[in-house]
Amino acid sequence: MGSGSSVNANYKYSLQKSENAFKAAVLIQRWYRRHVARLEMRRRCTWRIFQSIEYACEQDQIKLHNFFSYLMDHFTPSSSRERDFISRMFISGESFKEAELEKYCDYESMEVPDSYTGPRLSFPLLPDHATALLEAFKQKQQLHARYVLNLLHETRKHLKQLPNISHVSTCYSEEVTVCGDLHGQLDDLFLIFYKNGLPSPSKSYVFNGDFVDRGKQSLEILIVLFTFLLIYPKEVHLNRGNHEDHMVNLRYGFAKEVMQKYKVHGKKILKMIQNVFCWLPLATLIDQKVLIIHGGISDATDLDMLEKIQRNKFISVLRGKKRKESNRNVEIQEINGESKVEADPAGNEAAPGLSPQLQPGQAPSMANRLEFSRWVRQTVQEQIEWCRKLVDISESEEEELTYSSVVSLTDLDGPCWTRQEEWKQILDILWSDPMPQEGCRVNTVRGGGCYFGPDVTGKILEKYNLQFLIRSHECKQEGYEFCHNRKWRVEVCRESTVKSQKPSVWPDPHETSAILKDFALVLTIFSASNYYEIGSNRGAYVKLGPDLVPHFVQYQANKTAHTLTMTQRQGFPVALYSPSQNSERKNFGRISRVEESAFRALREKLFAHTSALISAFKAYDKDNTGRITLSNWATAVESVLHLGLPWRMLRPQLVRSTADGMLEYKSWLDDLAMEQRSQEICSNCSEKAESCQKGYKECDHVVFQHIQSSLLEVIYRNRSNLETIFRIIDRDHSGLISFEEFHQTWKLFSSHMNIELTDDGINDLVRSIDFNKDGNIDFNEFLEAFRLVKQSQ
Amino acid sequence: MKKLMGRDKDREITKPIYHLDRAVAEIEKKIIEAFEVFDHECNKTVDVREIGSIVRSLGCFPTEAELHELLAKVEEEEPTGYIHLEKFLPVMTKVLLDRSYRPIPEDVLLHAFEALDENKCGYITKEELVKYLTEEGEPFTREEMEDMLSTALDPETNTIRYRDYISMVVVDES
Repeated sequence: MGSGSSVNANYKYSLQKSENAFKAAVLIQRWYRRHVARLEMRRRCTWRIFQSIEYACEQDQIKLHNFFSYLMDHFTPSSSRERDFISRMFISGESFKEAELEKYCDYESMEVPDSYTGPRLSFPLLPDHATALLEAFKQKQQLHARYVLNLLHETRKHLKQLPNISHVSTCYSEEVTVCGDLHGQLDDLFLIFYKNGLPSPSKSYVFNGDFVDRGKQSLEILIVLFTFLLIYPKEVHLNRGNHEDHMVNLRYGFAKEVMQKYKVHGKKILKMIQNVFCWLPLATLIDQKVLIIHGGISDATDLDMLEKIQRNKFISVLRGKKRKESNRNVEIQEINGESKVEADPAGNEAAPGLSPQLQPGQAPSMANRLEFSRWVRQTVQEQIEWCRKLVDISESEEEELTYSSVVSLTDLDGPCWTRQEEWKQILDILWSDPMPQEGCRVNTVRGGGCYFGPDVTGKILEKYNLQFLIRSHECKQEGYEFCHNRKWRVEVCRESTVKSQKPSVWPDPHETSAILKDFALVLTIFSASNYYEIGSNRGAYVKLGPDLVPHFVQYQANKTAHTLTMTQRQGFPVALYSPSQNSERKNFGRISRVEESAFRALREKLFAHTSALISAFKAYDKDNTGRITLSNWATAVESVLHLGLPWRMLRPQLVRSTADGMLEYKSWLDDLAMEQRSQEICSNCSEKAESCQKGYKECDHVVFQHIQSSLLEVIYRNRSNLETIFRIIDRDHSGLISFEEFHQTWKLFSSHMNIELTDDGINDLVRSIDFNKDGNIDFNEFLEAFRLVKQSQ
Repeated sequence: MKKLMGRDKDREITKPIYHLDRAVAEIEKKIIEAFEVFDHECNKTVDVREIGSIVRSLGCFPTEAELHELLAKVEEEEPTGYIHLEKFLPVMTKVLLDRSYRPIPEDVLLHAFEALDENKCGYITKEELVKYLTEEGEPFTREEMEDMLSTALDPETNTIRYRDYISMVVVDES
């Protein structure tokens, strides 16, 4: 009996135990799945923040363009000095004639001292030179300017012979490797070579543009790529990207990098590179089936035209030029409208959602974009004008005739295209982005090119009998991404087995007994890992064999631990829009760092819009209580920043304390300001303002307090434009501009921004930095003092 | 809630109803935001496999079974693999208003781990945890298990010190 009941008791006990275990397991699993979902949301929000800020920055290009237009229309120079000053802004990008260029960038007289221990190049280049260069760069050595210039000259000579569209065949080399944006990240290029092997007669490479800017080793990447290009001309192919453009380089760091590394000869090097960029081919075609371009296409993309135009005439994409009278009135109104609303420091008028500011968005489909289009009042005619204005047209240049240009001149039967049509072709190729919706829209975020939909892709692929597009231009979390999935009809024979997996033509609408299969038409490949921040994304490259089925290799350069992680994936066809769902879960620790970085950038952006935010908040606080609901906070912030971000999701990280679900907005903005100003550096002792040793009163940083916060905001909001303008003015790339020029710049800028900036105000600005360099101002120091230079640069 | 509103239609209780409307509007905005984060094609649809992430990131802690129930309410008549916002919104709004799928407080989570820690020694071995979580309850996939172990496991002892793990996660969540 006893044993019986104890057996029962045991049984009951173990039953309960297993019940408990079951319940406990369910609980933990339930909790864990929620935890993971939250991480996933945070990860996506972080990504969205980076992307929207990046694209908003590119929007600055438009503002800069408007600034130049404003100058042209409104500024009447009152003195010859002023006139010179203004005209310098527009002439600094002129191109040299061939003979002039050779003379200016002459290297043969340059002596290389015996003390130089770096690689010495001789031409024609051999594989040993390449390995020596790679080794030298790994040791952080610098190539002597003479060899750099020599290399650039030879590269230019080689590129000039190439057609606009390179042709690659997979029957000679078994596989072709295609790499996307590198953006000066030499570690990623090393990784690619380590894993995939160096270029060689049996290893073909296509590098799809954007070799430079943002990263710190853009020049080294160019040197390596050009070297391999000259050693293996049949196997190495380079496409031009939108960053292979000197105006873009002024803004995004390449020009600065070259001048820092080559203080004496940097100017020559930059001039040569500017010229070399113009000669880069525009596209690559693999087996006549796969088209590789940097940005994308538009519904007007014409490969025949692209093959025949003189690509070297397209110097830069971002310079305004004198416009025809007929468009003047239209543009003036818009510009006035924009500057008035944008620079409203008193914050009187702006109510939420009213300001017709430029509207950046995060994805091409947002309704905002349509409003923007309406604001710009784009008609087809105006679009062409817009493109033409964006492009640098140097009337004075005389082209030397290359083979291709001779052909086009004598080709009397061929079509006669206008210059603006030609430039639109190139602009579209270098700047466009795909969008999920059908159609073809002007790419207002980038300021050039289009957003093209799956129907446009389908049409162009069909027109030229292509299978798919490979492009880059956009950072992707996994290093690659497919889009524009299309259902293909595949031939089915009577036994219902699939006859061919890869359709070679656009589906026949009369096809019967077909099955549908999902194929992707566009592949984005991006090779710069950790692009936004360490841990933000992987890089990838893609390999294509004769079957043209893509194989991916992903990687992530880890600078701190020097460890390389790589995974191999099989691609194509892919049913999902985004491959991130297939990937491993992100490591917990990795999110926090990237996330911190994103939120820091976002808080800075919020600070930069303090005045507009106050007016927006006040509109919800009619009784002047100083508080608003969190719901209204979210709506107001979006109406000012136009980043298209999920503010309610982000709120816990942006707003620390609330009282009864209400936010005291003034103190919140004060906290933001404090955070930004604590980043400022005292010019006297180079300490952070808040911890200056000299004591608050004695040190010069007290001057910071005197600068109007509205001015500070304007500086923050327009910092990349400011930097670009300074670099344009600084024609000899010395990093210095005269006090006079500094003064002029501010006056112009403030009148465009519609803020009161007195001479005293400008003097305050000047005093805030150390300018005892014979009356010149080191603008790098100036920008650094306000922490306006991004920390990564 | 609905019944109450119906009956009170004639009464002049405007203030609470006004507040309720506002609360509902705010909840809907939150849901739409979360939904749009996963709406890759910007056409008000999400892949059905993302619904779990959306529901959970809105603060809910459903079991897998409860999630399936919810899915049944928002799926199309003939499942396409996509969920439309217009179907999801009213269902999710009710979930949030009713406060379904309540969160699991830290101490309850701790008890759960303790229940699996037979000897009450403050840790669970890797083998034990894997057995419980991949065989009991609503079993983890191999991927989920590996993922949890990657942050929870102490590689030197091959155990999970669950108190430390919980406090680390709680700190980072806040």
